[in-house]
Amino acid sequence: MNAISTATTSSVPRLLVTTSPHIQSGLSAARVMWDVNLAMLPALVMAIHNFGLRAALVIGFSVAGAVAAEFLIQKFLLQKPSTLSDGSAVVTGILLAFCVPAALPLWVAFVGGFVAIALGKQAYGGLGQNIFNPAHVARAVLLASWPVYMTTWFKPGQEYGIADAVTTATPLGLLKETARDIQLMEKITAEGGNLIGYVMQKLQITFSDLFLGVNFSGSLGETSKLALIIGGIYLLIRGHISWHGPVAMIATVFAGAFIVGGSLHYALFHLLTGGLIIGALFMITDMVTSPMTNKGHLLFGFGCGAITLLIRLKGGYPEGVCYSILIMNAFVPLIDKFMIPKRFGTSSQETVS
Amino acid sequence: MLEPRSFSGGLHPPDLKATADKAIVNLPIPSKVVLHVSQHIGAPARPTQKITDKVVCGQCIAEPGGFVSAPVHATISGTVIGAGNFMHPFGVPSPAIVIERSPDIQEPVYTAEDGLGLPVEEIKKRIQQSGVVGLGGATFPTHVKLSPPETKHIDTVILNGVECEPALTADHRLMLEEPDRIINGLRLIMKVLNSEKGIVGIEMNKPDAIALFTEKFKNEKNLSVQPLEVKYPQGGEKQLIYACLGREIPSGKLPMDVGVVVQNVASAAAISDAVNLQKPLMERVVTLAGNCAAKPGNYRVRIGTPVGDFIEMAGGLKADIPLKKVIMGGPMMGFALFDLNVPIIKGTSGVLCWDETQAKVPVQTACLRCGSCIRACPMGLLPQQMKQLVDHKKWEKVDQIGMLDCIECGCCAYACPAGLPLVQTFKLGKKNVMAERKKSATSKG
Repeated sequence: MNAISTATTSSVPRLLVTTSPHIQSGLSAARVMWDVNLAMLPALVMAIHNFGLRAALVIGFSVAGAVAAEFLIQKFLLQKPSTLSDGSAVVTGILLAFCVPAALPLWVAFVGGFVAIALGKQAYGGLGQNIFNPAHVARAVLLASWPVYMTTWFKPGQEYGIADAVTTATPLGLLKETARDIQLMEKITAEGGNLIGYVMQKLQITFSDLFLGVNFSGSLGETSKLALIIGGIYLLIRGHISWHGPVAMIATVFAGAFIVGGSLHYALFHLLTGGLIIGALFMITDMVTSPMTNKGHLLFGFGCGAITLLIRLKGGYPEGVCYSILIMNAFVPLIDKFMIPKRFGTSSQETVS
Repeated sequence: MLEPRSFSGGLHPPDLKATADKAIVNLPIPSKVVLHVSQHIGAPARPTQKITDKVVCGQCIAEPGGFVSAPVHATISGTVIGAGNFMHPFGVPSPAIVIERSPDIQEPVYTAEDGLGLPVEEIKKRIQQSGVVGLGGATFPTHVKLSPPETKHIDTVILNGVECEPALTADHRLMLEEPDRIINGLRLIMKVLNSEKGIVGIEMNKPDAIALFTEKFKNEKNLSVQPLEVKYPQGGEKQLIYACLGREIPSGKLPMDVGVVVQNVASAAAISDAVNLQKPLMERVVTLAGNCAAKPGNYRVRIGTPVGDFIEMAGGLKADIPLKKVIMGGPMMGFALFDLNVPIIKGTSGVLCWDETQAKVPVQTACLRCGSCIRACPMGLLPQQMKQLVDHKKWEKVDQIGMLDCIECGCCAYACPAGLPLVQTFKLGKKNVMAERKKSATSKG
């Protein structure tokens, strides 16, 4: 190469050379995850409002289990740099706690958090690699291992740990129980009532209670639909989730319940109970375990909604959100294979020959 | 005014156009220029000068190396002091001619004539001889675009005044200050191609330019302005044609296949000079911007001016802010320079002098499968999957899902929360896919 210096300014410091683009949106995995944590705050406040200090303890132990698994596995087993600061283990811990009853023994909550990260995430290779939603994997493990703990519901607003605390049924639990009792159903019909009216009267709740998340029992984070929707809207505004999955799932359950039950009350009851809203807004929108395109999200949401309803109506469990999402998680690679955008320049159209 | 139009995909990077109100300043003639024989797509030009030769500004110093090639002209008068390999802005040594200025040699004077009255063949010849290439950055030789096969009728000429790259304002200023040259260039192109329609596509963030051209075209039947939604990469050739006309260039085809030719507004202005004045392409408007530039603005500079000299002439660097990165072109598609001795070339639309805070390198983390890249891709590709395939050297598979359709616009990498080097991967992927195609073609043949 020629040695002639061509510029008069040669005293320039070493310059940074990278490929384009030279600017970036500034979005990072950590920012997304901490935003999700922030979005769960309203529901967390409602959980503590409903179930007191006990809720904070269950959430704390679940998060501790998740964080411990992330730290220990990365440090000692994989000997990789820790990714704790990206906040994804915290998200998993909180989400799991949101799906368990307040009365869950704290050590079970810790085991759940640990299992979520160890079995649900790190076993697959860490963030971005897992097929199934880690929080739901852990919930399934807990439900299979400690079914009684996982289905013991206490009335909101009382001290925990005392032996004579009053247990209660969840709205969906009572719905299933009632619908199965043929004699009871005949009696309700004979008195001119209906199933939903009976259940709500028995639990002494109204639709606005179900929406606000007060006066009835359920998993920690799923009772207040209002709080969840506030968080969901925040994520939508921040651009971390799209509306496609949530709308498809909720609409499927609502429409399906309306067709089966024949009344708006019945459909609304299915909409506002159980884990549908938390599942639709926080679980199926998990980037890692959901499809990558908006079209894919529509199909994914539809599948989750349909299986949820199927389990609720025909399955052995009163609630089907967790399993429906796990089942649909398995279909994500298939959905990603077919629900892809149209490539520019592949429409069949006339060109000038 | 027409409703703004757009395309699907793309995104909204920060606009950073702080120099939009800075009028074009003509820089003094540099003391030295480095003129590379490869400043365009196609065969390099063949140098015709040797060391100690005297050259006059505007003289052809390298002849086209084929049809898809362009001549290079001396941009200052003086003596050839170097001929051989010099560092090209792309980062490789490449043949160039270095001229040192002799102020005693007179600058040529150009006399104007009405180029529109000339026969088509003469117009084309003058454009070819002037060395005009696509000045938007793609640097495709202009005369090639103006010579479509006889079977393909070009009904519409689109002038690209979109300037969708952040930070760049050179085309914007040119449209505001010298619209008549641009419009004359458009008419010349339309005459050569026998086209019925001429459209100037301008993004909505330049309302003054839209208003000016709308006013200019007020009494024109076949010329119009198309306002476009502010979205990157609105100025991509395929996106622009789709937005203006709803025509989709089939994968692997050219604008002429849908009856369109696109030229940058600065190229149109250069065409006007080439035909009316018989003045070759010797200078261009370059935006100087960035935190380190003391006087950001739009400067008309001789092609071949070393970047360091250009920065000095245009007000220099701020003394108190250390320079970290210099980008030739825009932030989305420009390339980082490692050495300021490389010259301004025909396709240089901007020089960005960035400090530490602007030159941030994203931290790479694991792919979250979030799909941001897919939503951002204006070509409807699957960047996430393409990266996996390129990483695993699956050239045939990645070819099947559209590797060569990638326009390297950078939307995917801009949007990626994991900071993955997607464009870098795809540049590598495209190169290998093309090599692989060639290999299989020869083995079959």
